Amino acid sequence: MVTVSETQPAPLRRDRAHGVVGGVCAGLGRRLGIDPLILRIGFVVAAGAGGLGVILYALAWALLPAGDGDGRALMARAAGRREGWMVASGLVLLMLAVLLLFRAWGLWVGDAIVWPLILATGGGALIWRQSQGATVVDAPARERARPGGGVGRPRRVLRLARPSLGIVALGAALVVGAALVFLWLNGALELDRDVTLAVLVVVTAMTLILAPWWLRLARGLTEERAERIRTQERAELAAHLHDSVLQTLALMQKRAEDPREVATLARRQERELRAWLNAGSRREAGASLAAALEATVAEIEDAHGVPVEVVAVGDRRLDERAEALVAATREAVLNAVKFAPDAAISVYAEVRGDRAEVFVRDRGPGFDLHAIPPDRRGLRESVLGRMERHGGRAAVHTRPGEGTEVELVMSA
Amino acid sequence: MSTLPRVVLVDDHGLFRAGVRAELDGLVDVVGDAGTVGDAIECVVAAEPDVVLLDVQMPDGGGAEVIRGVAPRRPAVRFLALSVSDAPEDVISIIRAGARGYVTKTISGPELADAVRRVAGGDAVFSPRLAGFVLDAFAGREGAAPDVADDELDQLTAREREVLRHIARGYLYKEIALRLGISAKTVEAHVSAVLRKLQLSNRHELSRWAVQRGWLE
Repeated sequence: MVTVSETQPAPLRRDRAHGVVGGVCAGLGRRLGIDPLILRIGFVVAAGAGGLGVILYALAWALLPAGDGDGRALMARAAGRREGWMVASGLVLLMLAVLLLFRAWGLWVGDAIVWPLILATGGGALIWRQSQGATVVDAPARERARPGGGVGRPRRVLRLARPSLGIVALGAALVVGAALVFLWLNGALELDRDVTLAVLVVVTAMTLILAPWWLRLARGLTEERAERIRTQERAELAAHLHDSVLQTLALMQKRAEDPREVATLARRQERELRAWLNAGSRREAGASLAAALEATVAEIEDAHGVPVEVVAVGDRRLDERAEALVAATREAVLNAVKFAPDAAISVYAEVRGDRAEVFVRDRGPGFDLHAIPPDRRGLRESVLGRMERHGGRAAVHTRPGEGTEVELVMSA
Repeated sequence: MSTLPRVVLVDDHGLFRAGVRAELDGLVDVVGDAGTVGDAIECVVAAEPDVVLLDVQMPDGGGAEVIRGVAPRRPAVRFLALSVSDAPEDVISIIRAGARGYVTKTISGPELADAVRRVAGGDAVFSPRLAGFVLDAFAGREGAAPDVADDELDQLTAREREVLRHIARGYLYKEIALRLGISAKTVEAHVSAVLRKLQLSNRHELSRWAVQRGWLE
């Protein structure tokens, strides 16, 4: 059963179904696109160099997680379930023979290094295998919960889970033994020797034994954290929709007889939802001219129930002059709302270099500029005066029947 | 204007389709509607309308997918995007897919009918907001070195910029023509030129939007 598709790079996994011993070469070969046979020859040759190949293989076996494929390596299949221990003992004895042969030939680093190393590798491999076996156990357990999961699976879970303690204890014992042998062979156990080496060896041994649990704990914590973040986001979304959209919908149903009120409510909700959806990509509120303009116009929309469209191109920092521009815009929009309450109103702001312009346009009745009645002083005073005081200028373009446009320009 | 433009409505909200149909009644000839990308392609290919009113955001690829499905088989059909979204990437991506214009769903019935007529006549229709986006996208970044490599497609002429600014300010084409002292046809030609640049330019802001939506690799 090959579960890794050809199109995406296969994760590095042991391929037990096609393997001979542990599936390391088969898995590596598939990942690298090399015939596993070449890798197997490589490992055997490396085993001749003072047992290096054996240690490397054992490490790879321990560290690489097993693939999803449900199969056992050739040796295990040939040996069957009951004789597994005998096969293992045979392999150990064979390895021992090979190592002794190398020792006799003189291809040897030294007793004090090789024997503890082999013991520690074996013990470490057992512990790591077991810890990864345990995570493998979880997967079928979850599958079993799904309808149609394999019938043979539950038995396999039990078989893997039960002997794990014994094997882990054996592994730990091997590692501790390796540490003791190493210290003894180096004479570090005598009282008058430096303790540094002993401490170092003990720390290494403990790390080897405890690292799998620590890793698993860390992995579990990461998963839990990701899940917590997901839940939080969902809750936040639900809360937001509840507070805003559902509230507004309820209000709209109550005010159904007042179309203007309903339109205002819908408009406000739309604006709020858009702001929420665009949060992050939008400019931060309050700090820029465009944000201030949008906030000001939104306030007028809410107060008077008139839709005002804002288009802003470019942006700048909200300094004193920009604030004056916003204030003048506010007056101009209020004026448009007052004298053209049922007409479309649009605000266009553009910042280019150090020049900022705002156009407030309505499609109302317009008026004769030369015959401004005294009660329309508001426009002249609050808009034109304000702009001029801050070094800007303002102009009003209008003609009866053609709407009104107020042009505000602020340089520097 | 002797005959009404023939229109197909594409939107995944049936309620909205019914609403638009009622609003456009008597102003255009609605010859069909569809609620999914697959139905829409079939319906448009069969009905061969002048204009397709197209929702931008639908399941299975949205309006852009409809344009891709129809364009090779019925190149004469024109598309006008109609959307609730005012996010730049949505607007720009549907225009780059081949839509001749973009209006928001809050547009009034008569205005929408007018936009349909203009698209049917071969013009481009820019809402004030779309004009704003285009000006933003083509604006020179402050402080950045001037783009020497910018070719003609990557920048707007002064006149095109002026026309777009007036659209963004809420002026109609004929009002713009009056203000700038040019003919309405010339205004339309400028807008069509901007549309072409929008669709073909490799300017990085546009490319960025396009890449985000899977339009370019």
